[in-house]
Amino acid sequence: MRTIRLNGEEHRLDAPDDMPLLWAIRDILGFTGTKFGCGMGLCGACTMHMDGQPIRSCVTPISATEGREITTIEAISKDSVGEKVQQAWVKVGVPQCGYCQCGQVMSATALLSRKSSPKDSEIDEAMSGNICRCGTYSRIRKAIHTASADLKGGT
Amino acid sequence: MEKSFANLTITNHGIDRRGFLKGVGATGALLLTANWSWSQEQQKKYGGEGMPGGTKNDPKLFIAISQDGTVYITCARSEMGQGIRTSLALVVADEMEADWEKCRVVQAEGDEERYGNQNTDGSRSMRHWYEPMRQCGAVARAMLEQAASRGWGVDHEDVRATKHSVVFPRGRRRAGFGELAEAVARLPVPMGSAIRLKRSNEFRYIGKEQTLSADGEDIVSGKATYGADLRSVGMVYAVVSRPPVFGSKATSYDADAAMNVKGVIKVMEIEGTVVPSEFKPLGGIAVVAENTWAAMKGREALKVEWSDSPNDQYESQHYRRQMEEVAKKRGKEIRAHGDLEDAFAKAKKKHAATYYLPHVAHAPMEPPAATALLKDDFLEVWAPTQAPQAARTHAAERAGLPLEKTRVNVTLLGGGFGRKSKADFINEAVEVAKAFPGKAARVQWTREDDLRHDYLHTVSIEHLEASLSSRGKVTGWLHRSVAPTIMSIFAPDQRNQAAFESNMGHGNVPFAIPNLRIENPGIDAHTRIGWFRSVSNIPHGFAAQSFVSELAAEAGKDHLRFYLDLLGEDREIDPRSMNDGWNHGENPETYPVDTGRLRKVIETAAKEAGWGKRMRKRRGLGLAAHYSFVSYVATVLDVEVKKGGELVIHKATMAIDCGPQINPDRIRSQMEGSCIMGIGLATTGEISFDKGAPKQSNFHDYQVPRIPQAPKEIAVHLVDPGKEVELGGVGEPGVPPVAPALCNAIHAATGKRIRSLPIGEQLT
Repeated sequence: MRTIRLNGEEHRLDAPDDMPLLWAIRDILGFTGTKFGCGMGLCGACTMHMDGQPIRSCVTPISATEGREITTIEAISKDSVGEKVQQAWVKVGVPQCGYCQCGQVMSATALLSRKSSPKDSEIDEAMSGNICRCGTYSRIRKAIHTASADLKGGT
Repeated sequence: MEKSFANLTITNHGIDRRGFLKGVGATGALLLTANWSWSQEQQKKYGGEGMPGGTKNDPKLFIAISQDGTVYITCARSEMGQGIRTSLALVVADEMEADWEKCRVVQAEGDEERYGNQNTDGSRSMRHWYEPMRQCGAVARAMLEQAASRGWGVDHEDVRATKHSVVFPRGRRRAGFGELAEAVARLPVPMGSAIRLKRSNEFRYIGKEQTLSADGEDIVSGKATYGADLRSVGMVYAVVSRPPVFGSKATSYDADAAMNVKGVIKVMEIEGTVVPSEFKPLGGIAVVAENTWAAMKGREALKVEWSDSPNDQYESQHYRRQMEEVAKKRGKEIRAHGDLEDAFAKAKKKHAATYYLPHVAHAPMEPPAATALLKDDFLEVWAPTQAPQAARTHAAERAGLPLEKTRVNVTLLGGGFGRKSKADFINEAVEVAKAFPGKAARVQWTREDDLRHDYLHTVSIEHLEASLSSRGKVTGWLHRSVAPTIMSIFAPDQRNQAAFESNMGHGNVPFAIPNLRIENPGIDAHTRIGWFRSVSNIPHGFAAQSFVSELAAEAGKDHLRFYLDLLGEDREIDPRSMNDGWNHGENPETYPVDTGRLRKVIETAAKEAGWGKRMRKRRGLGLAAHYSFVSYVATVLDVEVKKGGELVIHKATMAIDCGPQINPDRIRSQMEGSCIMGIGLATTGEISFDKGAPKQSNFHDYQVPRIPQAPKEIAVHLVDPGKEVELGGVGEPGVPPVAPALCNAIHAATGKRIRSLPIGEQLT
């Protein structure tokens, strides 16, 4: 048995060292908001935060999370930036199929947490690891600017 | 079962428990005043009525009002990003005067006898369901008004439904929909009475520029349920080792090493299907485990021997040369008029070009995944399927159960693009579930599985020749399309394109050319070919639109003027006159090909993009416009090719005329997405074969656009047809013009012609 800190709570689970965090959280702990897209850290659908930094949970072994704080989409609304990002996503109508969007929201939250007013080029750089096959990219840029403005406006 | 299961079965039990619109009559019993002809009267059925199961407009199927005022609207089409759950529901809500904020969308299970056709493809959900959904909403509104007026003892004519209430203005009375729920449930069908549909100036949601979403909040908070998000205690997880080459099968396997992986429970064979295998699984060896990771590790350890296949020698370069040879000779005539040989003989100038488009994979972000549970002789499936009824039929057959003992619950689809019309992965889940009665069984595809076992978009050679008069007019047009057909998955020896492929921009080009011949020389398929968003319009449209640009250059004319000239006088072309008896399943009388509408989208896109303006060095505008899915789309791309070959798309301008615009925001988002998908298949999209198997395996070697490759701006213009027309498609018609517009822009910027996709390294 091992312990992980997930969304502010301790969870005990039985999983081998090499099991990716994604599968431990989805299959064993039962939080399914984080998605599987490629298994190689190429698409970003599985993005979570580890100590506030975006990580690809499909290639992060659970053994690497010891003593770290993991945050998933299920708890990102408790983060003031995350909440604004989620609201902006809905307001701008970003999602199409929506499958990649939890990962997009996690990456965008991490970006805005370290840079409150990113330029398009900075958005492109920070978000380039997150594929959206529906092609919602122009709205993702717009929603990040919207969330950025909302954060500054304090609304 | 945990909560997520219950959520998905709410459709059936939920409605009956709430049961508020019980007693509303069957389809056909309603007398509506709308200008809507019952297609039963027509000899040949078109549109929604021509589809298996037809359409339904019975409000009891689609609407339930709870006493707390919540209106539950059932969506029978699958949601895969096109926004159909929102769009169909807002049509119902608008007609019944429901407040969108108080509406919830319920997903129908797969049952076409009950719900009408559910096959979510062909860009036809709104096209076929707009009128039936309006009728549903209008009948519900009339019944709510009737319930209120009876309760108050006043005339029906004196009350009206407005914003989730019925009001009696003279008496200053008001009753909310929730208060009326019970009374409306007891009302009989308004048989024989006239149901008034709203006038367009009364719409609150239909046609309005606003962003509504049935699922947006659930999606961004991780609560939305996709194919792999069902959970139940003790469930098992499987991945399947499938034949590397189409047509091969497992001859033997050694399960020992796999069984030694911690968490692996069982290794079992899944029976394959002889070719042609249509939507059935390829067969293989399933590794079943306590979690997905253990199943994946078990599969790595598994040893399988595969038989030879007739497709072992499938190699893409060789196949390309084979197609090129075939394209040199005459093939099956799809359409012809005039005397092409004579036109070519007398031509002032002749021009020819041959284009190549490779296979591409759908690669939805959600790889195929399905969950099945066989318990007490009842099979329940949860799957992201575009074809719920076909999935149900397949699942029942696999389980050896009658249809009524098989339920298919439709989850959200994490992208579909045609891939999830096929039930192969659902069959696999049923096979595993059969081995674990009483337990839910998930089959999860990895990305590698997805790219290696797709129903790929066809691969093609498109050969064109044309003659030009001394004034630069096109006098003759020859288009030979060589491409393995989708029909090859259904029947042996299928070598020619079906009508539904040929009439996607090959046979039905609406150009005013006096001598024309459209041919399709045959070729064998060596892998599973399937529908990919906009299907054969992609190769046909790419070739025709690139060639028009080439001809304009040959004639020394501006592409825009040349194209408009090629379209000729504005006219409505009967598709049958182009030898198109298919016409996307629509009535040729009400769905002609309207060159005036095509001209208007071209002019709109060109004007908005600033066509004709001076461009900086290494920068150019490229135009393409294509008619498909009974809609008209033009695209202009503003492109820069930097020294070293880097491609920057500064702006995409897209103009669509899809007839009446029901949910403008989702039309825009579909155009935006089509633009990105078109850029992807133009720049990097390619699945190539060696020794019978795809070479690509994941997003490192099958690259799709990422945010830096997206245009800096995508401007979408919704063009008013300017006359009464029927609804057109939205999900697909945006894709075909993008790739040719891009390559035409590259030509404008650099003088280089791209005739082979993907562009890849050709600009460096």
